[in-house]
Amino acid sequence: MSSGEKRITRHPVLEESGIRKVEFTFNGKAAIGIKGEAASSALFAMGIHVFGHHHADNSAQGMFCANGQCSQCTLLIDGVPRKSCIVPLEAGMQIESLEGLPQLRDLPGPDVPEPRMIDTDVLILGGGPSGMAAAIELGKKGIDTIIVDDKDSLGGKLVLQTHKFFGSVADCHAGTRGIHIASLLAGEISELKSVDIWSDSIVLGVFSDKTVGIRCPNGYRIVKPEYLLIATGAREKSLPFPGCTLPGAYGAGAFQTLVNRDLVRCSERIFVVGGGNVGLIAAYHALQAGMTVVGLAEAMPQCGGYKVHADKIKRLGVPIFTRHTVLAAHGRSQVEAVTIAEVDDSFTPLPGTEKSWEVDTVLVAVGLNPVDEFFRKASKFGINTLMAGDAEEIAEASAAMFSGKIRGLQIARELGAEDISIPSDLHEKADVLKSPGGKLFPYHPPEIREGVFPVLHCMQEIPCNPCMTCCPKDLIGTSGHPIMGLPEFHGDCSGCEKCVAVCPGLAVTLVDFRKSSESPLVTVPFELGEWLLEQGSEITVTGWEGSVLGKAVIAGWKKAAGFPYTILLKLETPADIACRVAGVVIQEPENIIPLEEPLDVPLRDDAIVCRCERVSAGTIREHIRSGIRDLNHLKAITRAGFGACGGKTCATLIERICREEGIPAGEVTAFTDRPLFAETELGWFSGVNNEQE
Amino acid sequence: MNRNNFDSVIIGAGSVGTPLAMSLAAKGVSVLCIDSAPSAGQGNNKCAIGGARATHSEPAKVALGLRSLEVFRTWKEMYGDEISWYQGGYTYVAYDEETMNLFRGNVPLQQKAGLNIRLIDAGEMENLVPGINPEGLLGGTWSPFDGSASPMQSCYAFGRRAEELGAEFVFNETVTGLGIDGNRVVSVTTDRDTYACGAVVNCAGSFAVEAGRMAGIELPVFPESHEAGVTEPVERLFDPMVVDIRKAPGSANYYFYQHDTGQIVFCITPDPPIPGTDIDERSEFLPLVAARMIDLYPRLANLKVRRTWRGIYPMTLDGAPILDRCGPDNYYVAVGMCGQGFMLGPGIGEVMARFLTDEVNETDKLVLNELRLNRQFTSVEALK
Repeated sequence: MSSGEKRITRHPVLEESGIRKVEFTFNGKAAIGIKGEAASSALFAMGIHVFGHHHADNSAQGMFCANGQCSQCTLLIDGVPRKSCIVPLEAGMQIESLEGLPQLRDLPGPDVPEPRMIDTDVLILGGGPSGMAAAIELGKKGIDTIIVDDKDSLGGKLVLQTHKFFGSVADCHAGTRGIHIASLLAGEISELKSVDIWSDSIVLGVFSDKTVGIRCPNGYRIVKPEYLLIATGAREKSLPFPGCTLPGAYGAGAFQTLVNRDLVRCSERIFVVGGGNVGLIAAYHALQAGMTVVGLAEAMPQCGGYKVHADKIKRLGVPIFTRHTVLAAHGRSQVEAVTIAEVDDSFTPLPGTEKSWEVDTVLVAVGLNPVDEFFRKASKFGINTLMAGDAEEIAEASAAMFSGKIRGLQIARELGAEDISIPSDLHEKADVLKSPGGKLFPYHPPEIREGVFPVLHCMQEIPCNPCMTCCPKDLIGTSGHPIMGLPEFHGDCSGCEKCVAVCPGLAVTLVDFRKSSESPLVTVPFELGEWLLEQGSEITVTGWEGSVLGKAVIAGWKKAAGFPYTILLKLETPADIACRVAGVVIQEPENIIPLEEPLDVPLRDDAIVCRCERVSAGTIREHIRSGIRDLNHLKAITRAGFGACGGKTCATLIERICREEGIPAGEVTAFTDRPLFAETELGWFSGVNNEQE
Repeated sequence: MNRNNFDSVIIGAGSVGTPLAMSLAAKGVSVLCIDSAPSAGQGNNKCAIGGARATHSEPAKVALGLRSLEVFRTWKEMYGDEISWYQGGYTYVAYDEETMNLFRGNVPLQQKAGLNIRLIDAGEMENLVPGINPEGLLGGTWSPFDGSASPMQSCYAFGRRAEELGAEFVFNETVTGLGIDGNRVVSVTTDRDTYACGAVVNCAGSFAVEAGRMAGIELPVFPESHEAGVTEPVERLFDPMVVDIRKAPGSANYYFYQHDTGQIVFCITPDPPIPGTDIDERSEFLPLVAARMIDLYPRLANLKVRRTWRGIYPMTLDGAPILDRCGPDNYYVAVGMCGQGFMLGPGIGEVMARFLTDEVNETDKLVLNELRLNRQFTSVEALK
């Protein structure tokens, strides 16, 4: 018995630490997993992606949100139906797949004391970048603060981010990887005496008696805060396409959780839908984990994410299909293939343009929606409430840290802390950091053939300045905005390579003609693991947007000083292309060729919109066409929205169908929001300890 | 026909107004049903948990309940819509002599009224509700012909049927006043329009009092809130609605059943009552109801709660509805459902339809007499 074959045993950034193997059983058979990992990940490590079958239509069920929200991953764990993605694996666990409805067996309930009431000055919901930044400001002022997060440690989505961050070095740790920012901030918070960290704690509701119900590991708590800060982040949007509920089709967040948190090899070949930063970064994370990314589709003529993110994956050999959409994920019980097609200006697929690939995973990364329902409730109930981060406005984590800092200071001031001044430039900087990719400039790499100098393959204004901050001779600056402006190099470079190592977009190379004018050395940043490189061998090199320029010889590499997970790859490059080389190809084109014939695509209306209750797009459309405009009415008839996730996934999909049907948004009544935010066993609320009975 | 001129205008497209619209339309009456919500049943109908019984203790409600059950039971067969009817019966549990004695007194009267109900002992109760806490269990009552259905699906089905029969509905419109000429209501005005009418029926649920004042009458209806919830679905555990009428700190009775879809739906009555029409969620509800339910049925501790909500019981002093014609000559009320609008609605719809069209039968007369507005409101129902 091994602890599963499907683990990521080497990763360029992440390292396994202190794992303890434990035995458990799955459907009666002995298995081995890692203590404390999500039970779902233990199964993924065994290559098991189908966790059971839905009671309504026997459809295969598996992972979807990997975030404790959707319930698709429910398994019988020691006889009790539980969301396996939030159950830590323990020795001796008996895990069974869930076929149809579970039986409720006669077993002891949660062993918890009676609910407790707790007062606090500030309650922060969410321990991601914005919540942590706020907690730090409040803690520095000695204000009693509770910061709540549903994961076992603070960090939010930062802990999934293996890439270096954009933003400004001075303000938000730009150039540092998300995972490391998370530990920096969490460490800072743990030093603050007035801040209480409640991890593994999930917020279940905000109530009209101005309280917040929280399920903590040691019981249900009803917290009454003076101030509430909603830093709950975002949830991923979804897309309805046939096959979208097959195990293997899920959001980028779930994928990053499996790969970057749990180091599970959940896929071999993936296709990414959506060219925003999330999709682009997920594709990059897949490459880092050693998976093949056969392509990425974006419906718009251009990727919405930062150009450097898109270029980075193109250079590694990932084709990006703009003006394309996904038509279907194919497979009987899990994803086996995907089909995409080109779209016209109204996003209608063009017949004859279909392409299919064999893949085991379709990642859907089509944007984020704020998790703002707690804010709406709290405001309605008259609680002093503010929002920060993605809950308030979807933007990068760097902006979230900023908005959290501002909110922390604001609340401290409201609570009467003395000497609070909110620097006037904070808001301005926060706004800058929220900027999407801006203006594109023409690319004119230098045509110099002597000396040593960096080449900045960065032609889009984005909020990012590490290269300008790191140069010891201060040779990189900008004539534009200090953070947004394009970097420019002027002067006499010492060849220290710091700018190459620090750039989050991997968009800086160093060209060195000093030893050879025929085969100058080009230093390229590389983050996919040195095991992919072979000294003395030839490697295909590409220009900034991924076009193949030719071959170069790997002269060697070294770990970048101060950036241990970035490799500085030295390439002996033909002089004529040296200044234009921006990357190396890792995915060979022959591995990502589409199938000769595209696969047959099921009807669009077969797509499941409500995955909990298995309601199709066709059913929803039919009722909308019959005149139904109240989603609550639609719910009563079709059950869409009645399920475990509480309409978190289907609500936006149904609104999308309404738009497709030409219904003005003002005519549509949204679902009524009611607790609980996440399904929770009744035993948590009773404080009855059945084991004593 | 002028679109703004109706024989009857019903205020409220909820548990009572919707089936009434259906019954009136079936008689060829032109009906308009007005509701401020965006669709039928979006007020307190959808807050009802779905229990339906005839085993009341007063004759009028027994009659209305029996007829309503018949409608629920036969609906799918007759009209094809799924309303999730499940004939699981009702059981009232007794863990103390006082409660058992109450049942011992009631059941013979209910049997005499023709209801299928009987006393059962602890052993039979354990068979009926496998897993019920046996400690101190004395037994209870069992009425197998009662059951449950989905209020939302039912209301939708009734509304659709009403429309097929010619009834009209307008939504997102709030009734703001009545046009009264002498002793008659001649029109109903909303925030958007005015409708001429031959008669008006107040089926406004928790807003019955306000709708009554528009006709110059003060209806003795007192809204209070109860709280309910629903769990994830599981394989069938037991059939009946389980009712525990014992009082405990913070609550009077509570009850739960397993819906057709496998979910446990539950409800609790706060004690003292929470008056008013506020339905915003409160933190004390789940701890209160969870402790009581798990005490009675321990394995629920591992069942996940999915959603909770508050709904309004428009109460009367004796726990029975008011069905009458009052104030202006053509102003009718079907109000004060005391949380039983769903289970009594189809029956009430038919009685009121006959009342409006002067076709009342002998049973209707008894019902309307017992539930008239100017009654004494003293005979408090034993089994609310």
